[in-house]
Amino acid sequence: YIQPLFFCQFSDSAGYVGFANLPNQVHRKSVKKGFEFTLMVVGESGLGKSTLINSLFLTDLYPERYIPGAAEKIERTVQIEASTVEIEERGVKLRLTVVDTPGYGDAINSQDCFKTIIHYIDNQFERYLHDESGLNRRHIVDNRVHCCFYFISPFGHGLKPLDVEFMKALHGKVNIVPVIAKADTLTLKERERLKRRVLDEISEHGIRIYQLPDADSDEDEEFKEQTRASIPFAVIGSNQLIEVKGKKIRGRLYPWGVVEVENPEHNDFLKLRTMLVTHMQDLQEVTQDLHYENFRSERLKRTGK
Amino acid sequence: PHAGPVESKNEATMSELVPEPRQKPVVPMKPMGINASLLGYIGIDTIIEQMRKKTMKTGFDFNIMVVGQSGLGKSTLVNTLFKSQVSRKSSGWNREEKIPKTVEIKAIGHVIEEGGVKMKLTVIDTPGFGDQINNENCWEPIEKYINEQYEKFLKEEVNIARKKRIPDTRVHCCLYFISPTGHSLRPLDLEFMKHLSKVVNIIPVIAKADTMTLEEKTEFKQRVRKELEVNGIEFYPQKEFDEDLEDKTENDKIRQESMPFAVVGSDKEYQVNGKRVLGRKTPWGIIEVENLSHCEFALLRDFVIRTHLQDLKEVTHNIHYETYRAKRLNDNGGLPPMTVETEENHESNL
Repeated sequence: YIQPLFFCQFSDSAGYVGFANLPNQVHRKSVKKGFEFTLMVVGESGLGKSTLINSLFLTDLYPERYIPGAAEKIERTVQIEASTVEIEERGVKLRLTVVDTPGYGDAINSQDCFKTIIHYIDNQFERYLHDESGLNRRHIVDNRVHCCFYFISPFGHGLKPLDVEFMKALHGKVNIVPVIAKADTLTLKERERLKRRVLDEISEHGIRIYQLPDADSDEDEEFKEQTRASIPFAVIGSNQLIEVKGKKIRGRLYPWGVVEVENPEHNDFLKLRTMLVTHMQDLQEVTQDLHYENFRSERLKRTGK
Repeated sequence: PHAGPVESKNEATMSELVPEPRQKPVVPMKPMGINASLLGYIGIDTIIEQMRKKTMKTGFDFNIMVVGQSGLGKSTLVNTLFKSQVSRKSSGWNREEKIPKTVEIKAIGHVIEEGGVKMKLTVIDTPGFGDQINNENCWEPIEKYINEQYEKFLKEEVNIARKKRIPDTRVHCCLYFISPTGHSLRPLDLEFMKHLSKVVNIIPVIAKADTMTLEEKTEFKQRVRKELEVNGIEFYPQKEFDEDLEDKTENDKIRQESMPFAVVGSDKEYQVNGKRVLGRKTPWGIIEVENLSHCEFALLRDFVIRTHLQDLKEVTHNIHYETYRAKRLNDNGGLPPMTVETEENHESNL
């Protein structure tokens, strides 16, 4: 996705100053600098998180993955693992960090499993606060979590108690985007029912998930509405290419048919990907203006600065 | 046909002069070579027909328990297995019901009939299992329920004036639903099966198997089998109860290749190739529940209902119940338990 360069129509008319070209300049500088984005991924084991991330960014973020057995999981606590990858597309550089949370929801007693995650997010805020208040502010690195994909199991009847607790604890610290994983487990009707149920429960518990901003004048209002209406996105990921009608596409091959990842009639993958890339800027802004500012004012109040 | 094996075991321990009788199931023995020189036909084999007629007249009890996290398709699967609306889901249960805060035990009984044979089927559901944030010891209410049924049976058995046919509420089979993550078992799965495989026949099934491709299914099954083995979990059919070579060969194949069965359930019918089939309709195809190239439901059904139903009951009676009984008698100093008991001890949501 590239922001279209916009051409100024009035360059040589009388009275033209030229600052209308500013967006172009900002744009060019951003392209030169590159973008940073940190995406956190949370959900129980086996919901297809890694596969989805690889599908979204057409990369293999987890080449030597080891999946522990149940006996090992009993001993494990939640880990935080960050992988960074540099993606370049049409001259635009993105430094993407994916923060994984293996162990989440695995233990028999998952009471404290999101404490580690909260600490991590707060630490990134803390670091930024420290850097921001420091002397050399030229090269502040923004490691704050800009977006959190929360994976909801398609096997339940809605949100689980753990899902509710997690989202309530984190909606004030990070932009939460709920995602229904392994959506090919559901028929269309089941999917709609589950989505409705999840939205009802989110509203019932006063959980604040990331809200898409209203469409700008030059954006497609209808498309935006459609995207909004699809939340939570029900997605499928795949690392495999399958031949369908002469073309190689990402999908899953079953005895009863082929599920195509990028087919909008099969799942919301494209909607999720489009939403993410067209809102990277907004997600960063909301992180800065809302979540970070909340953290900062709390912190400063506490230390009495 | 419950009385036989129990008595012979007691006799053996009491007397050392009488050689221990061979433990054999109460089915007619296959003809032995020694008697091959029988002259003429006696008619011993008609006993099979007599027993069959008797079973048809009296009917039989079968109690199946389902355990697993909410949403794994337990109720649907049980309905599919018995081709009837027999689960909690169908008895006025509201789908939008909240997850209970503790594990509940809900038993629902139905009488279903097929080919003149009546089965009193009881489906025991365990809503709330594994659904909380803290699931420690959530198997305890289940273990308690199972033992309570053994206790009930034991009390009847030791009564002076016994009922002719002791009502059997003991759990004959426990289907444990494994979530199809494609990775491995979950810690809770291991804990549950470790504790409960000692008191009841556990049949692990992989739920909602239409979420896995064939490759993923094979790999996952292998992984689960390995994990169960490494952790010493003996699921049904247990190796130690194979009675003869024929059993062992048949059961080995089931244990090492087929189980755990990767199943899909459905109570909806669709038209496929001119036939009405049970299935799930998706934008990319129809998953046929009874089609072996789609999932292993038919294998599970045949296994539980068509071939091993009686064996499930026998192992429950001869092994699990006997183990419970022996422990109870030992605890009581070899005496039968007191018949005077408070009603509170028989709590279950029947």
